[in-house]
Amino acid sequence: MFQPELEAMSRADLEALQVERLRRQLANVYERVPLYKQKFDEAGLNPRSVDSLTDLADVPFTVKDDLRSAYPYGMFAVELSDIVRVHASSGTTGQITVVGYTAGDIDMWADMMARTFAAGGATPDDVIQVAYGYGLFTGGLGAHYGSERLGALTIPISGGNTKRQIQIMRDFGTTVLACTPSYSLLVGEVAADMGIDIRDLPLRVGYFGAEPWSENMRVQIESALGIKAIDIYGLSEILGPGVATECEHQNGLHVNEDHFLIEIVDPETLKPVADGEYGEVVFTTLTKEGIPVIRYRTRDISRIVPGDCPCGRTFRRLERITGRSDDMLIIRGVNVFPSQIEQVLAGVPNVAPHYQVVLEKVGSMDSVEVHVEVAPDFAFDEVRELEALQQTVCAEIQQALAVSVRVKLVEPKSIERSEGKAKRVVDLRGEQEGA
Amino acid sequence: MVEQVSVFLENRPGRLAELARVLGDAEINMRALMVADTAEFGVVRIITDRPHEAREVLEQHGFGAQLTPVVAVEIPDRPGGLADVLETLSNRSISVEYAYCFVEPWGEGAAVDVLKVDDADASKVLREAGFSVLTSEELYASDAG
Repeated sequence: MFQPELEAMSRADLEALQVERLRRQLANVYERVPLYKQKFDEAGLNPRSVDSLTDLADVPFTVKDDLRSAYPYGMFAVELSDIVRVHASSGTTGQITVVGYTAGDIDMWADMMARTFAAGGATPDDVIQVAYGYGLFTGGLGAHYGSERLGALTIPISGGNTKRQIQIMRDFGTTVLACTPSYSLLVGEVAADMGIDIRDLPLRVGYFGAEPWSENMRVQIESALGIKAIDIYGLSEILGPGVATECEHQNGLHVNEDHFLIEIVDPETLKPVADGEYGEVVFTTLTKEGIPVIRYRTRDISRIVPGDCPCGRTFRRLERITGRSDDMLIIRGVNVFPSQIEQVLAGVPNVAPHYQVVLEKVGSMDSVEVHVEVAPDFAFDEVRELEALQQTVCAEIQQALAVSVRVKLVEPKSIERSEGKAKRVVDLRGEQEGA
Repeated sequence: MVEQVSVFLENRPGRLAELARVLGDAEINMRALMVADTAEFGVVRIITDRPHEAREVLEQHGFGAQLTPVVAVEIPDRPGGLADVLETLSNRSISVEYAYCFVEPWGEGAAVDVLKVDDADASKVLREAGFSVLTSEELYASDAG
């Protein structure tokens, strides 16, 4: 542990620290950021009245659009002379979001990323190759400062030029790789083309984030590269990488709760849900100076992993991000994320992980039909094998979603393939009501 | 053993016609066709002279097609003929998953029974009992003529 006195502090001490920092932060943004003053006033909220974490529920949310419309510096809480660095993220809409860091923020960030590296088992003896992009993107410099803070030998190679990455990896004795998960697989493939088996190199652990990836992909990366693959989480609006990280137990990402207050809320009602339930991830930065954010709705869907972690960290764990709140469906009052179906299918033999959900109204009830492709190599000659498969898929999906569904097996490769936002959901409920 | 082409089909209008057209365009002749269906999907089983080509052309056209080993046994076209065959198998505890018959276009009133069984020894058992188990060549022998 990089900072055991903080990462393993008692929950009571942690909560006291959080409340103290929250009160200070709310007073700070109310005074310094016009948007927060306006939001709090409109909500009739006196920031000084918040004196427990429960009171946080009265505080207005911040959304991506707030940051966008403040372009470039409207949400900064300090004078520009106190900002020492900016990063920016490009939105899908084209409008970029700018975040500013004070010297204190950069210092805190380095600690967070040093915690991240240490949590996955890296030490000052490691050689860390930072293959995240350096620049306005937070990945490269975020990992870089953390690696130096840990005291590891840091290779600031940035992304791209894969052959050179592999030569340097081999020649410099790289033991740790930090990059996006998809890039790590490319590194493995290019190395194989060059006649190098990465598994023969000293590389032993990788820190992967900045894009969604699955448990299946972890298995693939770990076997292709012969390493341990650690999931890391962060977003530039909050910090960049270093908000949460897996430890060596690889079962959920410990949130650095002394600096980032996490809530999981129901995306519809915006009410906090209990630990263990899925909802939208909301963060409040407790110590950030440059651009503090209060109850920022990430649109990421996940939950808190219940229970304690054997590693000894007391920070609660965020489960791997399972989807985006924009994709959430409400079926008979239950929140359902299509990505949950994908996770189920990945674990069922003889079906492809391609599916489509068709929602209809039958009377006043929602009817859910999930179309699932039979795997091309499944021996489907016998009808009862198919029926058994259908029942298995149905039971597994119902178990995961807590909603009853009908499963329709469809022909292999019959569901439309597309990159990115695949058309996973066909919702006919509105049309039928209007008809 | 004879190779049967099995095709997984969703129950939607025209799908079986598409399958037949694909095989027809590839000039593949069907000796027998049997559809097992449920409310939502069907499995089409085809005995043809060129099973490998049939599977290939079907896959090219987006069908899920597989080859399944089945037993083709010639039986005298008379009452009790099929019962004799099935009893021979059941006496040896060999289960029949499904069966269908067609009449030989070339024979003298003989029928062919296609059996999906759970035992690779089924052909041997039937031969030893005196039945005529057809090979692929024998089954399609008449095609030249």
